[in-house]
Amino acid sequence: MRMLTTMLAAAALTAGVATAASAADWGKGSDVRIATEGAYAPWNYTDSSGNLVGFEVDLYKDLCARLELKCTLQQQAWEGIIPALQAGKYDVIMAGMSITEKRKEVITFSRSYAATPAVFVVKSDGPLAGFSTDLDAVTMADVDDAEKATIAKVKEAFAGKTIGVQIATTHENFLNEYIAGDVTVKTYDTQENLDLDLQAGRVDAALAAMSYWKPLLEKDAGKGLKIVGPGFTGGPFGDGVGAGIRQEDQQLADMFSEAIGEAIADGTLSKLAIEHFGFDASAKE
Amino acid sequence: MVTLFDEPANTWELIANGLPWTLTLAASSLALGFFLAVGLALLRLSPVPPLRWFAYGYVYLFRSTPLLVQIFLIYYGLGQFEAVQKSFLWPFLREAHWCAILALTLNTTAYTSEIIRGGLQSVPWGQVEAAKACGMGLGLRFRRVIFPQAIRQALPGYGNEIVLMIKSTSLASTITILDMTLIARKETSATFSIEPLFIAAAFYLAINFLATRLVMWVEFRLSPELREAKTGKTLPDQGVVGAR
Repeated sequence: MRMLTTMLAAAALTAGVATAASAADWGKGSDVRIATEGAYAPWNYTDSSGNLVGFEVDLYKDLCARLELKCTLQQQAWEGIIPALQAGKYDVIMAGMSITEKRKEVITFSRSYAATPAVFVVKSDGPLAGFSTDLDAVTMADVDDAEKATIAKVKEAFAGKTIGVQIATTHENFLNEYIAGDVTVKTYDTQENLDLDLQAGRVDAALAAMSYWKPLLEKDAGKGLKIVGPGFTGGPFGDGVGAGIRQEDQQLADMFSEAIGEAIADGTLSKLAIEHFGFDASAKE
Repeated sequence: MVTLFDEPANTWELIANGLPWTLTLAASSLALGFFLAVGLALLRLSPVPPLRWFAYGYVYLFRSTPLLVQIFLIYYGLGQFEAVQKSFLWPFLREAHWCAILALTLNTTAYTSEIIRGGLQSVPWGQVEAAKACGMGLGLRFRRVIFPQAIRQALPGYGNEIVLMIKSTSLASTITILDMTLIARKETSATFSIEPLFIAAAFYLAINFLATRLVMWVEFRLSPELREAKTGKTLPDQGVVGAR
């Protein structure tokens, strides 16, 4: 046991060193390494020839051009995306990551560049296909009585069922906090694997962002699926999607915020959003 | 900041909740795999060529493809076919844990059969002939002479396989099974701390320590020559007996 403690302590020291990335001075011409997951279409995904494409891939190019930064894009599995940022493997995360209080405890964010509610998707020939609530939208930041009743109704409708969700997402936190209990929550490495299991009938429903589902439902992979129930925003779902950056690089975060503001003002952002999502999921002023 | 070791007791308990799955997956696939492997090793040594080819092909297939790929193909791959979903196998293949046990069993069968084959082939032919000369039938010969010695020879290699399988169960976390690894991964992503992964690793270390001790003990039990040497007793002097 003693040796084990020593070993763990040594490992902890190593981890401490790895995470202590020092703040750099950011400005025109700086090399900025950007990370994305590459498995969350249309935000970021890998095309048939293996290239990273999607909304955020177009957006980072636009933002880096505005800031005159020398940006490179790299791929990182979703699960380790924040620890690897902390360890200095790259400088910016642009991977459909919502700005939440919990994440803000460890990293900082640029202003949001997109916002999209979370919705449930089920099989359109399944028992949950007819599920609906009086409210179309639930704001989780401050829950009123009608919204409380809606959440209770969701819980009741999914009792005894299995809901799938991607690991380490705001959606997983929401399910664990508000819905779990009579509902089984299954977690997946990637959203794509979750979609396969939804189609195979291993999960009864899946929770993810509207901006993810909408384009999927128009494709073959989304055949036979439909959106049910209300859209959830705020609270555990955060304040939109932004670029995740180390806290000591607040300067870089401010630069990105400014560039995003410009892209909103001149209409670039909403043009990119409509092009990729089929609706305007871009953040507003 | 990435934090380490806050609320340790809590995280240890949380990850211990995944222990039953880890042990169930390892024990059931090792047990099933062992019996299948004995059969496969016998096919591999069979005088009938097609049986030999089948065993060789099976071992080649499962030993040469990554276990993770096998798990994905069985879980996500098979689940995509409507024919599979409508078949009598679906209640079985629908569940992630059966898919994991199936993949782990098929995999360990391939490796174990090779280990057992090596053990069977290590038994000196002279002993087999001697057993035949004593009038032992095929079954008796196998049970009394070949198999006990083959197992003893195969044990160190098989101990390796047990350790590998215990670690391989962590791959089941990729198909939604809440074993120690998935719980640790969930906790890591929830707390942005790598502590849960260290704790999970400590659990695997402990399990494998016990597993290797167990194999050593069995090896000791099955090897009288080791046992005698260790207790300081010597075997009766064969030369004296002969000289009488």
